[in-house]
Amino acid sequence: MAETRFTKEHEWIRIEGDVAVVGITDYAQQQLGDIVYVELPAAGKTLKKGDEAAVVESVKAASEVYAPLSGEVVAANAALTDNPALVNASPAGDGWFLKLKPADMAELKGLMDEAAYKAYVEGLG
Amino acid sequence: MAEPHSAQLLHTPLHALHRELGARLVPFAGYDMPVQYPAGIIAEHLHCRAAAGLFDVSHMGQVTLTGPDAAAALETLVPGDITGLAAGHTRYTLFTDETGGILDDLMVSNAGDPDHLFLVVNAACKAEDVAHLRRHIGRTIEIRELTDRALLALQGPRAGAVMARLAPDAVAMNFMTFGRASIGGIPCWLTRSGYTGEDGFELSVAAEAAEKLARLLLSQPEVKPIGLGARDSLRLEAGLCLYGHDIDRSTTPVEAGLAWVIGKRRREAGGFPGDAVVRRQLAEGTQRRRVGIRPDGAAPAREQTAIVDAGGATLGVITSGGYGPSVGGPVAMGYVAAGSTAEGTPVGLVVRGQNRPAKIVKLPFVPHRYHKAPGRDVPGTG
Repeated sequence: MAETRFTKEHEWIRIEGDVAVVGITDYAQQQLGDIVYVELPAAGKTLKKGDEAAVVESVKAASEVYAPLSGEVVAANAALTDNPALVNASPAGDGWFLKLKPADMAELKGLMDEAAYKAYVEGLG
Repeated sequence: MAEPHSAQLLHTPLHALHRELGARLVPFAGYDMPVQYPAGIIAEHLHCRAAAGLFDVSHMGQVTLTGPDAAAALETLVPGDITGLAAGHTRYTLFTDETGGILDDLMVSNAGDPDHLFLVVNAACKAEDVAHLRRHIGRTIEIRELTDRALLALQGPRAGAVMARLAPDAVAMNFMTFGRASIGGIPCWLTRSGYTGEDGFELSVAAEAAEKLARLLLSQPEVKPIGLGARDSLRLEAGLCLYGHDIDRSTTPVEAGLAWVIGKRRREAGGFPGDAVVRRQLAEGTQRRRVGIRPDGAAPAREQTAIVDAGGATLGVITSGGYGPSVGGPVAMGYVAAGSTAEGTPVGLVVRGQNRPAKIVKLPFVPHRYHKAPGRDVPGTG
């Protein structure tokens, strides 16, 4: 059973076997508006938790996507390069950003589950 | 996101309508303004280029100058030919300072005679502009800030068709003319002008009638509401300056590529703040100049991005940059050193520490489609 966790910076992370898939939440894509450009890390890049992992740009502005966990990038979603609007259309599905091989699964503990994230977003007003 | 100071923000007369339309409201120049509606910035932008869009620009300052020789008085503060502006005509001009820097850009209309001018100035500058006018010409000219009026812009290739239905008199107006007309029984002051590069009108209306006028326009099949997000991408594609970004006190009209606003007589005779600097720059050129920039790749280059040459030496800086929905890619404007302004010049843009290739291009990115057909051009100004 896939397990999804969330950060306060509005990334989601889903554990699929020994790989963690990372994307931005529906709330984040709504706040950003139309996404026009995504810059992704190369496979093999090592990221520490909280590092800038990718960049997402809307018509208005550029924002960073941070690594929710430490680990090595094993894949990036090349489909976003040609069609960044996938992030708007399917933030939790086809609009994923990258896959990480986590260095330390214990880092997951500090992240929110779905109910906690929902409450967090509601608190933002 | 939460707006921490929303309680202190001013509202335009259309604020409730924006909420009803589902706008996302953001603070802008002290006002709570719609940055986009549910359609989103790209859809709104493309709709405006394809049909017609309605913008609330009531945050902008509307000012009348009334009194003997108001045009001559205004000429002491701007480099434009205002005394030569015929009744019912509109002109783009600039307030300059003693160093030739730009204090604001504005539209001036001759609202019937040179003793009665109608100005539209930027929201963020309006208090300073009015103080500047009062200080310099307030002794002889009556300066009224029309805080009781709203300003709407109807922009796009179908704007004329919409007006043909609602205010047939206005259809004969040419680009950069001023008139008065009744739209659905609501008295309006109109200019055929805008900030999108498209045909269109700006409509000044009494605040209490603004929502009725907006609803009438939005009920037309061609018209959709457009937020400030698309207003910015539309004007950037049209190569139009945004005050506080592309032009400010540190830039002169000549550097900004706005020398065309300086009337022939004014070039010769001067008589505006900073005239010595501006006339010298007209004669000798400038160290830098505003240009269009097109990144080769897909990454937008935003305001403050450094522009460099092949060796990495700084050539200048981007002052407006983003994604152009009609272009289908990133577009930008900025200032570069005089030797690098030629169309096609390859430059580098330093985005997130990486030097990315781009080229200097001609502005605008999207051709202007203003209404310049011959015909009776000024209704209601007799």
